[in-house]
Amino acid sequence: MRTVLHKWFWVWDYDKEEKWLNQKAAEGLALVATGICRYEFEDCERGEYLYRLELLENHPDSPESRKYLEFLEEAGIERVGSYMRWVYLRKKAADGPFDLFSDYESRIQHLNRILWLLVPITLLNLGMFLIGLNQSLGWVPFLNLAVGLLCLYGVIRFLIRKNKYKKEREISEN
Amino acid sequence: MNFANGALTEAVYYILLSLLEARHGYGIMQNAEELSHGRVKLAAGTLYGAINTLLEKGWITALPGAKNSRKKEYIITDAGRQTLLRELARLEELVNNGKALLKEESL
Repeated sequence: MRTVLHKWFWVWDYDKEEKWLNQKAAEGLALVATGICRYEFEDCERGEYLYRLELLENHPDSPESRKYLEFLEEAGIERVGSYMRWVYLRKKAADGPFDLFSDYESRIQHLNRILWLLVPITLLNLGMFLIGLNQSLGWVPFLNLAVGLLCLYGVIRFLIRKNKYKKEREISEN
Repeated sequence: MNFANGALTEAVYYILLSLLEARHGYGIMQNAEELSHGRVKLAAGTLYGAINTLLEKGWITALPGAKNSRKKEYIITDAGRQTLLRELARLEELVNNGKALLKEESL
């Protein structure tokens, strides 16, 4: 049976999103397709799958990403959905724990990819706020300010996490 | 990955060791886990990045694919073998120093 749920997650809460998907799988609902804020589930054995999210360097349908996704398939990791450059991946829980990264270096690289996505949006919105304010565009600039500050919050969250990983990396590689 | 100081990461060390024989990606993961008695679990994303870096460095090379297999197999090159030998010497130094000094301490 198909179950469709709608839910919103901020980019900086993508690990909460993972947690939520894994919780659903533990309850017997396996994610099989995604849309904008839309999650399609099919019934599965309780805890049959483990889920992870990754922001790819390129669009999931690009040749580079295809090569990577084929590589993941070899390791029993399947792509069930995507949203822009984000992919939703799953693996059978019977095959053991599911991590995409096993050292700090690659975790940091993934965070950098996310930061490169978020920082330009933040700067663009804060910049448009300043320009709009000078041209007295009414309430519109404040919309930019709100989006800009929200994204800035996300950037700070990711920077804190990156810093934590960097400190760990100074004494241990994984 | 930082090779500047000559120390290999654990992932790279086990990948190179695994590729003394031709293996595909998943084979490398299994072999590393087996060699380390379950301690080293290379995650797929980390392994993919490392394989690409090692290909660029010329320490490993991709074998021409078998006809009915999509899976790519890799094998170590001479340069990779040299790197492994240098790393082994470095590791021996670490182990010998550790053993010698800790023994002294426990006397």
